[in-house]
Amino acid sequence: MEMTSDFKIIEEPKKTLSMHPQKFALWLFMITVVMVFAALTSAYIVRQAEGNWLVFELPQTFWYSTALIAVSSITMHWAYLAAKKDNLDMVKVAIIITTILGLLFTAAQYHGWKVLAEEGYHFVGNNVSVSFLIVLVGLHVVHLVSGMIVLLVSLVSTFKYKVHSKNLNRLQMCMTYWHFLGGLWIYLFIFLLLNHN
Amino acid sequence: MATADIHITEGGHDHDHDHHGNFWTTYVFSTDHKMIAKQYLLTGIFWALIGGTLSVIFRLQLGFPDADISWLEPLLGKWITEQGKLDPEFYLALVTMHGTIMVFFVLTAGLSGTFSNFLIPLQIGARDMASGFMNMLSYWAFFLSSVVMFISLFIETGPASGGWVIYPPLSALPQAVSGSGLGMTLWLVAMALFIVSQLLGGVNYIATVINMRTHGMSFSKLPLTIWAFFLTAVIGLLSFPVLLSAALLLIFDRSFGTSFYLSDIYIGGEALPNQGGSPVLFQHLFWFLGHPEVYIVLLPALGITSEVVATNSRKPIFGYKAMVGSMLFIAILSFVVWAHHMFVSGMNPFLGSVFMLLTLIIAVPSAVKVFNYLTTLWRGNLRFTPAMLFAIGLVSFFISGGLTGIFLGNSAIDIQLHDTYFVVAHFHLVMGSASFFGMMCGIYHWFPKMFGRMMDNRLGYIHFWLTFAGVYMVFFPMHYIGIAGYPRRYYSFTNFDTLNSFSDLNMFVSIAAIITFSAQVIFIFNFFHSIWRGRKATANPWESNTLEWTTPVVPGHGNWPGEIPKVYRWPYDYSKPGSKEDFIPQHIPFSMTPESNLPHENEMIKLEKEEGVNVVVVDDRKGH
Ligand code: HEM
Ligand SMILES: [Cu+2]
Repeated sequence: MEMTSDFKIIEEPKKTLSMHPQKFALWLFMITVVMVFAALTSAYIVRQAEGNWLVFELPQTFWYSTALIAVSSITMHWAYLAAKKDNLDMVKVAIIITTILGLLFTAAQYHGWKVLAEEGYHFVGNNVSVSFLIVLVGLHVVHLVSGMIVLLVSLVSTFKYKVHSKNLNRLQMCMTYWHFLGGLWIYLFIFLLLNHN
Repeated sequence: MATADIHITEGGHDHDHDHHGNFWTTYVFSTDHKMIAKQYLLTGIFWALIGGTLSVIFRLQLGFPDADISWLEPLLGKWITEQGKLDPEFYLALVTMHGTIMVFFVLTAGLSGTFSNFLIPLQIGARDMASGFMNMLSYWAFFLSSVVMFISLFIETGPASGGWVIYPPLSALPQAVSGSGLGMTLWLVAMALFIVSQLLGGVNYIATVINMRTHGMSFSKLPLTIWAFFLTAVIGLLSFPVLLSAALLLIFDRSFGTSFYLSDIYIGGEALPNQGGSPVLFQHLFWFLGHPEVYIVLLPALGITSEVVATNSRKPIFGYKAMVGSMLFIAILSFVVWAHHMFVSGMNPFLGSVFMLLTLIIAVPSAVKVFNYLTTLWRGNLRFTPAMLFAIGLVSFFISGGLTGIFLGNSAIDIQLHDTYFVVAHFHLVMGSASFFGMMCGIYHWFPKMFGRMMDNRLGYIHFWLTFAGVYMVFFPMHYIGIAGYPRRYYSFTNFDTLNSFSDLNMFVSIAAIITFSAQVIFIFNFFHSIWRGRKATANPWESNTLEWTTPVVPGHGNWPGEIPKVYRWPYDYSKPGSKEDFIPQHIPFSMTPESNLPHENEMIKLEKEEGVNVVVVDDRKGH
């Protein structure tokens, strides 16, 4: 809604505030995701306070996955900057790298679960603290997969020349969502670190 | 999500004649907000009939525990025992499904879905919702959810039976009650779809209200209906995801063997493997949604009735800002009172007293709203249309039901009253009946805009009086039954010596419930008959100020054939001193009403003249 209209007549009613509707909807969607995780992490704290709570080492891999997702945010941003300069080949490369980093992240999370399982901490049968960890990590990965689908959609539109400096909205939304998913993981990781001793 | 598109082009072309859609795109997979609203309305009415029927069946059991009801066998099949009695487990299923259907499918989807969809674009001056496609998805997710929930009524093991609040361990273990088997699974699937539908709808309502208001429609000029729908959507957006999380953990407990909510359970002397879970955790998560949910149900009804009361009192709404403020305050507070449902769950009494305080604070904005209604009605030129009567009925229920909330909000008194019929009386008046009346009020009032015809007034009056009297006859006695200690969700009281003093009252309640339910047939007849045979409506039959009445009698696709009207004033200029008419719609500029303008309104016109320019052409075509 880039229109500008300057009114000369005072009584002529003002144009009301308005934003890009899809970007706005994306923000609302992210709020709902935040609420899902807010609920789960609060449940975690409430349950932990009741005692009978098993403490175990977080798998080392979570540090690597954190690094991976942080780097992927940078490459995502790189894609966006490249699109601003109409450097479409660079956009494609950057999106592909971001997606690969996303896949690596997913694999790292999966590996983390496996490490836990090898140490004898399973989703079912141990303490709820393990189940909580797995639900938090798993649900985040589910969202990340949706993020990778958005990445692929953006990649396809780049190939179709639908992403360029005059048409950045889609890529911008993709970037917002990806940064959000990275931030969400970092929140979860810090939360787990802080509540794990 | 990224594919959602906005089809809005301003300007007079091609909106006055209907788009050449076929049957499927016009009536079924429609993206038009008005059609989607009607779809919600019809589905809501369908569910209301089902939910009402269920309640009549269990009221038969409660009122006439000794009667032989084998005549219901054709309908209920094996749920009627050989002695001609209702199966006790099926009784629980009936109560559960009644609650679920009424709270979620009728008063959430049916009410918000119908009126937010119908009124938001029409009252803020928009061609449609921010995303018609998402709106359609929202309805179809609701439809799918309805199908799943409906199927669950007919399965062998019976529908979910753990109460609409689905507390574990009851809801988690099929050994506890047979409805916790497949029935509960279907319940969870249906509710997950339902939540998706609500979130899609809510995102749309919020995005539309914020971004698509017509020129001049500032927040301070929004009709109270829109404020109410907007806040409802915000509450839903923040609370439904929490229910989703709660349900997710329950699903893991039920199907994967985790122990989020389960611990130390022995069945038939044998211990279950689940250890370390906390059922109270579920209650916290559930009521974090559950309490806001009751306001999700009520706020739209409050918005609708505010509008109708102002219109039919021919008076400006009293204290517009106070109304907005109290709704805002209620919306915020609704997130911090959830534990008043858990006073007797064994939680820390100190925490209980904090929640008691917060709960009682809610009474303040609620009372403000009541006074606003009463002062708007006070010395108005009241026009008792059926919609107006239903609005006044809502005010009555809001008062009588709200008062009992103050009792329940006291954690000490709640020890006696919790889970008795007193609670049932409380929330059926303040939530159930009040919202139901809000919905009826909305239907009678906006029927002409929806279908281009009028509903029959006389039938409307009969419907109102029977329902109004019926509601009080059903729910008022329940206060006494509750104070006497009758617990809710009991199949029968005949085995308890202390609890057989009120059998006659229970019988009375049941008869009243049957009469009240039957009275709804009058409404159904009136509704469907009027769609095809009603008196033709005019464009603004109630002489109302809001923008929807500036559309043609039946607005087509895009709502306004020409340009969208602009808004110059608030929606409540009724009986303005000096004005010839007793209403001045929102799109009339002050320069056209010099006789009734207030000094500061005249200021605006002066400025207009000084500028000396008359016409401003606004090119509003949006760049895609
Ligand atoms: C003056 C304001 C209100 C107060 C102080 C209040 C307080 C309470 C309390 C303390 C309970 C729990 C009782 C128990 O289970 O022992 C309760 C139950 C309930 N209230 Fe209210 N309430 C108020 C207004 C409302 C409103 C406006 C609604 C709906 C629109 C509502 C809907 C409900 C429902 C649905 C339940 C019962 C849920 C269930 O257990 O199935 N209340 N109320
Ligand atoms: Cu409550």
